[in-house]
This record gives sequence, C-alpha cells and structure tokens, in this order.
Amino acid sequence: MSILVIAEHDNKELSPATLKTLAAAQAIGGDIDVLVAGEGCQAVADEVAKADGVSKVRLADNAVYGHFLAENLGTLVAELAKDYGHILAPATTTGKNFMPRVAALLDVAQVSDIIAVESADTFKRPIYAGNAIATVQSEDAIKVITVRATAFDAVAAEGGNASIEAVDTVIDNDKSEFVGEELAESERPDLTAARVVISGGRGMQNGENFHLLEKVADKLGAAVGASRAAVDAGFVPNDMQVGQTGKIVAPELYIAVGISGAIQHLAGMKDSKVIVAINKDEEAPIFQVADYGLVADLFDVLPELEQAL
Amino acid sequence: MKILVAVKRVIDYNVKVRVKADQSDVDLANVKMALNPFCEIAVEEAVRLKEKGIADEVVVVSIGPKAVQEQLRTALALGADRAIQVETDDMPDSLAVAKILKGVVEKEEPQLVILGKQAIDSDNNQTGQMLGALTGMPQGTFASKIDMADGSVNVTREVDGGLQTVKLQLPAIVTTDLRLNEPRYASLPNIMKAKRKPLDVTTADELGVNVARTVKLLKVEPPAERSAGVKVADVAELVDKLKNEAKVL
Repeated sequence: MSILVIAEHDNKELSPATLKTLAAAQAIGGDIDVLVAGEGCQAVADEVAKADGVSKVRLADNAVYGHFLAENLGTLVAELAKDYGHILAPATTTGKNFMPRVAALLDVAQVSDIIAVESADTFKRPIYAGNAIATVQSEDAIKVITVRATAFDAVAAEGGNASIEAVDTVIDNDKSEFVGEELAESERPDLTAARVVISGGRGMQNGENFHLLEKVADKLGAAVGASRAAVDAGFVPNDMQVGQTGKIVAPELYIAVGISGAIQHLAGMKDSKVIVAINKDEEAPIFQVADYGLVADLFDVLPELEQAL
Repeated sequence: MKILVAVKRVIDYNVKVRVKADQSDVDLANVKMALNPFCEIAVEEAVRLKEKGIADEVVVVSIGPKAVQEQLRTALALGADRAIQVETDDMPDSLAVAKILKGVVEKEEPQLVILGKQAIDSDNNQTGQMLGALTGMPQGTFASKIDMADGSVNVTREVDGGLQTVKLQLPAIVTTDLRLNEPRYASLPNIMKAKRKPLDVTTADELGVNVARTVKLLKVEPPAERSAGVKVADVAELVDKLKNEAKVL
C-alpha cells in the first residue's frame, strides 16, 4: 500500500518538518505521495516534487485551505485517504489540529507523535512526557500517524522529480473561519529546525537580558529559546518555550543558560546531540544531562562567549 | 447556555513515572492520581463563564472505572454543577472516548464543549478534534483565550509560530492550553458541597459504543538515559571542547 504525507508549509515555503516526515514514510516503505493543500502554494508543490523519494505531489490549491482550517483540511484528507495504507503528517500544531479529525472520519485510531518505525504497523512513541517509550501496533486498515520530526533525519531536498497533479476537491464549511494571527517575526532560524539552540531560563532575570543570548545566537546562527519558567515570568513570549508543553527540539548543539533543568524542560531538549549547561548553581539538575557544564554567573559568561566565538 | 467539560483521571503530574519490570506498562499501583492538568483548566474556564453570567450550567463528564468519580467530585468542588460518569472497565482509546462523548453531547446538547488539549499520560492530543469530526462541530484547539459572542466564540490558539484566532459558530469545541487560565484551589466548604451535587452513572453500552482497541500496546520501556558529562573551568575551555572534541562549532 502507498503512503500519503501531508506537507507542512506557509503557502510559500516547505517546512523542514515535512522532509523529516518523508524519512519516516520511507522507513515504513512503499510509494509516497505528498499532499500540498493551501492557497497560492504552487511553489511549495514544486519544492516537494524535488524531494528525495516522492512519487507524486497532489496539489489542492484553493482559498478554503489558505489558513489550514482543521474542518476543511481534515475532510479533504479523509476523502483522499481511501487510496492509501498510511497517512502521515508532522506533529506540529497544524498536524495535531487536523489529523485526529481525519482518523475519526475514517473510524480508525491515530498513532500520535511517533519517534521510530519498527515495521509498517509498529511504532515507538513517547508517553508520560517522554518518561516512558511505548511500542504500539496498529491493526487499522488505514494508519493515521503524526510524526515527531526531530526524531528523524530529513530526506534530501533535491534530486527527485515527482509529477504534480491537481486535486479539485473543494471542502468548505460555514462553522469556522480564520480571523487573524500574530506570528513572531524573526531573522533567526526556526527553533525546531535550527542546528544550534541557545535557551534562557529564570536565571536571565528579565526579558531585556535575553539580548545577551541573542548576541551569542547571532554569532552561531542559532535560534533562541526559553524555559517555561522564563515564559511564565513574562520575560519572553510563549512561542519561544522549549519543553513538554512547548516545542520539542533536538539540535546538534543546545546551550541552556540559567535553566535549572525541570523535567518539563528536559522533555523538550534531551535528545539534542550535544548539551551545554551554564548555571551558577552547581547542584542544578541540568548538569546531569549536560555533556559540558560550566558553573559560573551567566552575566560574566555570555559576553565572554560572544567574544570567544 | 450549557457547557460540557470532559475530564480524565491521570497520574499526578508530580509523581515520577516508573515502568513495570515486565515492560507491560507503567506502574500505576499505589500511585497518586489526579485530575489531568489541562482538564482542570477546562473546568476553570467553564466555571468562569458561569460566574460571568454567560453560562448557566456546567456539566462534567468522565469515562472509566468507578475511581474516576474522585476526579468528578474534584471538578464539582471547583464549581461544576453536576457530573456524569460513563463506566468502562479500562480507559478506552481516544476514538472510543470521542464516540462516548458524542453520545453525551447528543443527550445534553451543550453549546460549548471544553476539553484539555491532551492528557499527560498518553499524550495523544486527539479527543477534542475527533469529537469535532464525529459531531460536525467546529473546533478551537490549544486555546489561550476565549471570547464568547452571540451565537459564536472567538478562540485564540497557541500555534507554532505565535497566535491564531478563529471564529466558531456554536455549538463548538474548545481544547485548552496552559495559558488559558490559572485554576483555583477548591475550598473546604466547596469540597463538602460537592459531595451532595448530582452524579449520574451510565455505561458505554447504554450509549451504544464499542470500546475495543485497534492499537495494541506491545511494550513500555524507560527512555535512554543521558549521562552527565564533564565540567569545564571557563569559557575558553568550553569553546575549545565544542570545537575540537564535540566538533559542533
């Protein structure tokens, strides 16, 4: 049976999470089609067509999909799903929003947030905030799956040459509508896609001091994150939060600054390849997961680090 | 306006989870159980809407063995008016829960259904959306703000890039994120009062729902442990190690 992957994008560019979801699809095995649903998103379809291992791109380009409303997208995907054995989407807020609707419309269970593919019907997924890993086997004829993108290495973005086929199905509804959005504007890389992430915690003391992190981030081409403590204290907005209830990241280098290392935070970053902790409290639990620990005052260390890089 | 709130009994979020020696599941024997934190936020939001005079009744529902009555009493102590237990032997999966809730929705006809965005045990994040698909109701998931209007609700949602607002026609479904509110503590008089509030018991069979699972749990393991590394003396040593040992700079 073939696999349908739902592309994540903003109508202009493909999200790297899609290339990682394609890697999960390749691990399952079979022909892979990708659905690009959006408005004015031909460029995204062209991008997906070049990705490694894609057989066919299905493009549903219509205003009704412009804001990825779950009511419209869920019904569209459920209608297309009947030709496939697996439906995969990244476990982003968009994927989490519409995929359970797809599963319910198909009358099947959903397997959420997989981190490994054992076979075409058996997957590993974290439960209890990553404090346990479950291996689950799905008996459903169509397997609806969301993928934790950070657990998979992206397929090559170039090299493929898939055909693009238009999907004419238009699904609209009169019960939900998009009103507006406030998206954080940043020159820095996206937290979940960055090679390096530097995060600040309550030890930063206030939001202005995050400039110290930003200066280091600029030297490293890093994204800037925060612990829940820093977000709850009002230092920075919630979309910067790394942790169980925020974003899950797994960069090559994660630098935790003034973060004590609550389980909540560790759940969001402990799969990073190299972890550095900078904290003046040598008893801080963050040091138990750090490859390199520096016990020092962050207000001395950060300017020094910026100079040294 | 009537609000239905669905709540789940889960391990207390302060308890450290342990995997059973035979790897069949996590060990829940003699472990403190509590109301799922996101569900607590859902109850709080419903009670606040009642206190503002927007809602006139808050009904809480939970699905599972008799023990879930404890969490229903907690919700009643927080201010819900009455409770429904849908008795099942085990905890059914999200799709079965959504089907059961659909049955309850058809009986109760609420204008708003509020659920937690996910339970902190299975971390599925599915039930509210599935209920939306089954009932045809629109959904506002991961809500950080709810503004009720005449016949509709504006829901501000926490999305990866920031915030998004959608307008939903009632009846609608909302799932809560952490920043929607800070739940109150139940006062002793309210805990006493909650014992006398109505709690009805029904079953999945009575609602005509089959709770058989199609996803089997084969094994549960602890995650790979990360061991502590080394302490460095200063920034120079740190940068040197990152460049020459870890080779990430």
